[in-house]
Amino acid sequence: MKRTGAQVLIEGLQKENVDVIFGFPGGAVIKIYDELFGSSIKHVLTRHEQGAIHAADGYARATGKTGVCLVTSGPGATNTVTGIATAYMDSVPVVVFTGQVPTPMIGNDAFQEADIVGITRPITKHNYLVKDVNELPRVIKEAFYIAGTGRPGPVVVDLPKDIMAAVTENPYPDQVTLKGYNPNYSGHLGQIKRMAVEIMQAKKPLLYTGGGIISSACHNELLELAELTQAPVTNTLMGLGGFPGTHPLFMGMLGMHGTWYANMAVTESDLIIAIGARFDDRVTGKITTFAPHAKIIHIDIDPSSISKNVKVDLPVVGDAKDILAKLITELKLLKAKNETAHTKDWLAQIKEWKQKYPLKYDQNSGKIKPQFVIEELHRLTKGEAIITTEVGQNQMWAAQFYGFNHPRSFLSSGGLGTMGYGFPAAIGAQIAHPDRIVIDVAGDGSFQMNMQELATVVQYRLPVKVAILNNYFWGMVRQWQELFFNRRYSFTCTHCAPDFVKLAEAFGAVGLRAEKPEEVASVIEQALNTDKPVVMDFRVDPEENVAPMVPAGGALKDMILV
Amino acid sequence: MRHSISVLVENQFGVLARIAGLFSGRGFNIDSLSVGVTTDPSISRMTIVVRGDDRILEQVTKQLNKLINVVRVVDLTKEEHVGREMVLIKVTANQQDRAELLSITNIFRGKIVDVSQETYTIEITGDENKIVAIIKLLAPFGIREIARTGRVCMGRGGKSIKV
Repeated sequence: MKRTGAQVLIEGLQKENVDVIFGFPGGAVIKIYDELFGSSIKHVLTRHEQGAIHAADGYARATGKTGVCLVTSGPGATNTVTGIATAYMDSVPVVVFTGQVPTPMIGNDAFQEADIVGITRPITKHNYLVKDVNELPRVIKEAFYIAGTGRPGPVVVDLPKDIMAAVTENPYPDQVTLKGYNPNYSGHLGQIKRMAVEIMQAKKPLLYTGGGIISSACHNELLELAELTQAPVTNTLMGLGGFPGTHPLFMGMLGMHGTWYANMAVTESDLIIAIGARFDDRVTGKITTFAPHAKIIHIDIDPSSISKNVKVDLPVVGDAKDILAKLITELKLLKAKNETAHTKDWLAQIKEWKQKYPLKYDQNSGKIKPQFVIEELHRLTKGEAIITTEVGQNQMWAAQFYGFNHPRSFLSSGGLGTMGYGFPAAIGAQIAHPDRIVIDVAGDGSFQMNMQELATVVQYRLPVKVAILNNYFWGMVRQWQELFFNRRYSFTCTHCAPDFVKLAEAFGAVGLRAEKPEEVASVIEQALNTDKPVVMDFRVDPEENVAPMVPAGGALKDMILV
Repeated sequence: MRHSISVLVENQFGVLARIAGLFSGRGFNIDSLSVGVTTDPSISRMTIVVRGDDRILEQVTKQLNKLINVVRVVDLTKEEHVGREMVLIKVTANQQDRAELLSITNIFRGKIVDVSQETYTIEITGDENKIVAIIKLLAPFGIREIARTGRVCMGRGGKSIKV
C-alpha cells in the first residue's frame, strides 16, 4: 500500500505498541505533526525539547518499555543531546525522531540544519539518517529493536522533510536481520557452574548489583539468590529498588555516598558477585584499592563492561535473569551436599558494622534537615511512591533515606549526572502510571534547570509533586568546597532564587512552603491530598552535608563520616 | 605493542566516522586505517593498526564489536599473517642520479610509475621495515612527496575471515 513517510512513521509507532510520545513541533516535522493530529498516538507537548527527551526516558524507566521522543531539526534536535547522553549512560531504551532539512539541502547550512547524526554518534547505541523513503519501514523497525534489546540504549532516527512527504509501498517488516548485532542472552553453563562453586566456598560473599537487575527484571531471582546463599546485597544508585530496602541482607548503596558498612564489606569481602553493574568510578573509588581481598565474578549483558575498569576473575556474559535462574538451580544441587551456612560470621560482622555506623543525621537541630523530609515522604507515601531526582545532594539523600522496595520506583540520572532530569522524568513516569504518586526530589538549583515544564504538568493535569530541598546553594559543589577548598564558595551560592510558591501559582499549580520541622508533614499531606501538581518548598538547613563520603579518587576504606 | 586488526563492516553511510569516533572518543591510539570493499559489495574490510597493551586491545575489540555496523573483528597479531603497505614516493631525479635510483627501485622490487624532467615517482609494496628502508635510502636524493596506504593484512593458510 502506498503511504507517505509521515504515514509510515505513525504506522511504525502503532506496530511497536507505542501509546505515547513526548515532543515539540517545528518546521521540519510539520508533516509528521499533521499526520499525528487525530491519530491514535497520544502526544505530550513539553515546553522544551530537553523536557521531552527526559520525559521519554522517565517513561521508559518507569515501565521498561521504549520511550519515544519527536522533535524538529536544528535546535530542536540539539536540545535533546543532554537527554540522549543521559539515557545512553544509564542504558535506557529511547527512540528519538528528529526532523531534518530536505535531503537536497543537507550540508548546505540550511535554516535549522544541524548534523544530529554526527553530533549524537558517540552518545547513541546507534543512529540513522534516512535518505530513501523505501528504507524507512526497515529503519524504524531496527531502531526499536536495537533500543530495546541487549544492553538497552537510545537510538536516533533523523528524518529529512522531503522523505516524510515521499511515497513508498514497502511494508513494515515483521523481523529484523542485522549482521553485526545479535545480543547473547543465554549465560554459559560451564561458567555458571564454576560460579556456583566459588559462591559455595566463599566465606565473605557480597552481591554488588546495578541497573541490570532492573533492565532484566530479575529482582525476584536476586532475592532468591541472596536468601539461598545468605550473601548480603549492596546496590549501586542505578540498582536501587532491585532488592527490597527493608530486607535484613540489604546494605544500602555502596561507593562515594554509600553506607560505611557497604564500603567496609567491599573492602573485606573474599568474593564480589557483580550483577548488571559496571564498576563506575563513583562506586569503586581508587581502583587499585577496590576489593583487595576478593575474587570478582561479573555478570553482564555487555561484554565490553567486563574487565573495563576492574580485572574480572570469572565473567559470565548474558541476561542476568537467565544466568541467575541457572545459578540458583546449580546452587541448589550443591546445597544438597553442603548444608553449612558459610556466611554466619560474615553476617554477624556486618550487623555489628551496621549498628556502629548507621546512616544518620542530627534530629534535634530545630532546622528542617533534608534527610528528615525524605523520611517523611517515605512515611506518608508508605514507601510506595515513584521517586525521581535531580542531581547532587537531593539525589543522594533520596537514595540514602527513601528505602526503595520495588524496581522502577527510583528514576535518577546516575551516569551522566544531569541536573534538570528529575522533573521532566516525573512527567514521563506519571503519564505511564496515572494512579501512582510520583515525586521529584529536587534541589532549588536543579529544579530551575527545567522548571518551564510546570506548564506541561498543569496542561495535562498531571499530579506530579516536586519536593524542593531549598538551601539556596548548588549544594553538592558547595559541600566539596567546604570540605576540600577551605569554604571558598565560588559561585555556588545562588543568592537569588524565585519564590517557588508564587512560581507554582503563576503556572496554575499549587505552591506550599515549610520553614520549620513541624510543618513538613502537613505540607506533604496537603500535597498528597490534592490531584493537582504541587511544588513544595522546604527551607532546609543550608549547610547540611551528604554523609558519609569517599573523597573523589580516595579508597573506599578511607570513607569519612563527615 | 602494535596490533593489526581486521574489521568487516557493513558498507554503509557513516561507518568510517563511527569507527574513527570510537577510537578518538575512547582515547585509543590508531597508527593507520585502510578500507576497501570486499567481494560482497555490502561488506567492506578495514585494517586498523592500533597501539596498546592487552587490556586496551581487549577493549578495542569489544568496543568495535559493539558497533551495530561492525560484523566481525579479528586481531591478526595473534596468528601468523602477512601485512603489506604500498607507498608512492616522488623523489628528485637528476640526470646523474637516475641510474642509481632505478637500481634502488629494482633491488626493492619497486616500479617507477611516473617520470618528469626533475622527478621519478616510485611505487613500493612491502612490510613496514622495507618501506622505512627505502625511504631512508631515497632521502639523500630529495623526497618531494610521499603517500602511504597504511597496512593491509591477511591471515596465513587456508582459513579466511568471513561474515
